[in-house]
Amino acid sequence: MAEDTLIAPVEREQRDRVVIRFAGDSGDGMQLAGTQFTAASAMFGNDLATFPNFPAEIRAPQGTLPGVSSFQVHIADWDILTPGDDPDVLVAMNPAALQSNLVDLRQGGLLLINEDAFVERNLAKAGYEVSPLTDGSLEDYHVLTAKMEDLTKLAVKDTGVKGRATLRSKNFFALGLISWMFTRPLEPVIDWVEKKFGKDQPVGLANIAALKAGYNYGITTEAFHHTYEVQPAKLPAGTYANVTGNQALAWGLIAGAQAAAVPLFYGSYPITPATSILEELARRKNFGVRTFQAEDEIAAVGIAVGATFAGHLGVTGTSGPGVALKSETISLAFSTELPLIVVNVQRAGPSTGLPTKVEQSDLLFTLYGRHGEAPLPVIAVQSPSDAYEVAVEATRIATKYMTPVMLLSDGYIANSSEPWRLPDAEDLPDNPVTYATEPNGPDGTFLPYARDPETMARPWAIPGTPGLEHRIGGLEKQNLTGNVSYNPLNHELMTELREEKLQRIAADIPLVEVHGPEDADLLVVGWGSTFGAIRAGVNNVNRSDARVAHVHLRYLNPFPPNLGDVVAGFPKVLVPELNRGQLSRLLRAEYLIPALSYPKIQGVPFKASEISAKILEILDTKDHS
Amino acid sequence: MTDTATRFERSDFQSDQEVRWCPGCGDYTILAAVQSFLSTLDIDRDKHVFVSGIGCSSRFPYYMATYGIHSVHGRAPAIASGLAAANPDLNVWVITGDGDALSIGGNHLIHAMRRNLNLNILLFNNQIYGLTKGQYSPTSEVGKRTKSSPMGSIDYPFNPVSLALGAEATFVARTIDMDRPHTARMLQAAFDHRGSSLIEIYQNCNVFNDKAFLQLTGREERDENRIMLEEGEPIVFGSDNSMGVVIDGAVARIVAVADVGLEAIHVHDPSNPNPAVAFALSRLSHGPLGPTPIGVFRSVDRETYGEAMQEQLIAAQTSQGPGDIDALLHSTGTWTVE
Repeated sequence: MAEDTLIAPVEREQRDRVVIRFAGDSGDGMQLAGTQFTAASAMFGNDLATFPNFPAEIRAPQGTLPGVSSFQVHIADWDILTPGDDPDVLVAMNPAALQSNLVDLRQGGLLLINEDAFVERNLAKAGYEVSPLTDGSLEDYHVLTAKMEDLTKLAVKDTGVKGRATLRSKNFFALGLISWMFTRPLEPVIDWVEKKFGKDQPVGLANIAALKAGYNYGITTEAFHHTYEVQPAKLPAGTYANVTGNQALAWGLIAGAQAAAVPLFYGSYPITPATSILEELARRKNFGVRTFQAEDEIAAVGIAVGATFAGHLGVTGTSGPGVALKSETISLAFSTELPLIVVNVQRAGPSTGLPTKVEQSDLLFTLYGRHGEAPLPVIAVQSPSDAYEVAVEATRIATKYMTPVMLLSDGYIANSSEPWRLPDAEDLPDNPVTYATEPNGPDGTFLPYARDPETMARPWAIPGTPGLEHRIGGLEKQNLTGNVSYNPLNHELMTELREEKLQRIAADIPLVEVHGPEDADLLVVGWGSTFGAIRAGVNNVNRSDARVAHVHLRYLNPFPPNLGDVVAGFPKVLVPELNRGQLSRLLRAEYLIPALSYPKIQGVPFKASEISAKILEILDTKDHS
Repeated sequence: MTDTATRFERSDFQSDQEVRWCPGCGDYTILAAVQSFLSTLDIDRDKHVFVSGIGCSSRFPYYMATYGIHSVHGRAPAIASGLAAANPDLNVWVITGDGDALSIGGNHLIHAMRRNLNLNILLFNNQIYGLTKGQYSPTSEVGKRTKSSPMGSIDYPFNPVSLALGAEATFVARTIDMDRPHTARMLQAAFDHRGSSLIEIYQNCNVFNDKAFLQLTGREERDENRIMLEEGEPIVFGSDNSMGVVIDGAVARIVAVADVGLEAIHVHDPSNPNPAVAFALSRLSHGPLGPTPIGVFRSVDRETYGEAMQEQLIAAQTSQGPGDIDALLHSTGTWTVE
């Protein structure tokens, strides 16, 4: 009886979806708290999408606005497409995190604040003259404060961590509290901590103690009388994992190389946001994967080309600045007609730009950023799990057609995650590479530039194969023999033969599929990581009485053969992109249609609501015209 | 070598392509030396790969009846590194020049040497840009007047041997295009060395920089100026071996043997793990002007990158078992939806 009077009855509210953002200083461990909350939600069976957002500086000055790091996760009991537009819940570990994130919190949203950080010094760093906790400026929100630092210190006092280190676990306190609030199990987090830090190690014990303290604080304190429940999503049957885009991309390269029966060789130089592909592949040596951390971007692609010449599948991964440096060697691989995959995990440019922020502004650069006539296949990833399939497809095209393939991902896909219904390794395409072993020319000679009539691929003859000794190089090659040739007509012929491969690839890729009504008033065409926002935005307007269709392109070069007919079949075409309208220009140039561009260049993804609003604006214009 | 009848003739290593260097170019003698050397080995043509960058010397692979790739300016060491790492059984030769290796490709050269990939790097040093018709190079002497330095070059040049030693190379040698027997010996030594071997070859460009190495090749001058480095021998040179080299702290000095006695003369040991003495020897001449060491400066053993990479693959497969894609996909936390 006495207990009942101490603890207020907890109201458990059912929600179909919640968007939570963890925000704090870069050193506060917000990415970790968010990732662990995501993992627990995934194990619980929610559909989810995440959006990590952090500064390029490893540790910007503590407590400042540039130092704020955040992790947004959207959990739902239905199939969602984006990490959510506006958070319902904002965890603010310090005044700077509140200052820079409050603008996104929806009206009436829940604010969970680490009260201990709201001291004069931190308030000043964030530009507050008066504490927002006391000046009434937060009255539109539901504010909950907790002395997270004091409570964490108390919680960890018997774990063996000392001094300032006792504060490091405060992210786990926040995680524990949020876990209680959203009825998440703690076990997955505890298991992870024990694996990561070792059982009975002070840091691990402190993190677990803080986690439980946060959870229990939720149970015992009267301030929090409300929890939320988001039921597991009704996703298609199967086994799921929660993976980031870079992880899935690395796995796809491994799987694709295995399907092609060719060893994978990854040459790379660390660069944000591509580095974790190198790290992931470096852990997979038991697959026969070789990783080579090169001295620079140019060496990384050179090493990959050398490995390909030796019979491996050379892959190099980087971001835009790295592709710029690799350009000359990519042309060599194109000219020598060797397989190569160049992964560009795009980030906001130009120059160093915003290294940790998303952008799609390398599309035209990828298509045209080489000297000479050097058209290459370009394919793009649309979501974290899609990276696996696209990487497998890149290996298929590169090895089947003996060509470099440009694979576009971006910083948003790289770091964010979604539940992925795991494919079966048995479903991998079966395209084993055949290396040349026999002479193919007259009198037992070898013609390195004789071609497969179907694919236009030249034979892949690797050093160590007797009788097929030949020389390749960057100078123009005589057709068939590969000998150096300055003949004018031969140069034109070779240029056309290399280009012809693109036509053959076009005949070997799926047609685009239209989502939504075939007789829609508007077609939205997108590519890459805008998929979720566009699809959600289109679905939203179609739920009212709009008639809008969506096409999302994986193949940017060559375009799928039916794309021209598809785009010509709609009265209006809208192209939202995180650049200044690059795909819209391509569509205009290729199909002579007045495609409308919807550019966004802010280093953050589209919100679904922005897409819906733009669609309605365009449809509205039509109605009144 | 002498008692084994070899299976090959020099012509077995000549491709059917017409050699197109300027008449009288030192590259012809080096090409002949390399082809002849390969014919002495009991190794099939398909096990050799020649990788080059851009420049006069970089046309070399087209003239070899082996595998070859004429690549991108300066990048031959990188491309060769990929080949050697992917297939450590290949004999990978890098053909490069002073501009290719030391200017545009300097970064790749030093890193290839430090990593000790199994490469034989032949650096044709003619101290000039030939293919672009006569601009100063990173080994041209200060004051050199060329089309791009009409008032004389103000670029202080590299000493390629010093650079290689500084880059932790495990094998560094120097030879001269006009000395075929010595070139052959250096090729053999570099070939026998497991790891990155660099041979600086003084190569005469008779069109744009003729007689740059006259002090080492001229009939009158060469005996006084060639300091032949021979393992286990005191370093003496000149007429009647009257001159010698002593190592004095960190400095190599040229002395009259009569002044110090033969026992004071430094006995050459390229296998010395400390590269300081080899470096001191490399500083005896710059240019080269005056007495200049020729031969193997350094030859030490260190595990090659390719071997170490192979060992890690085997260790990973032994401890984790061969890779299984399904197991990989299920390696993070998974859950099942019915």
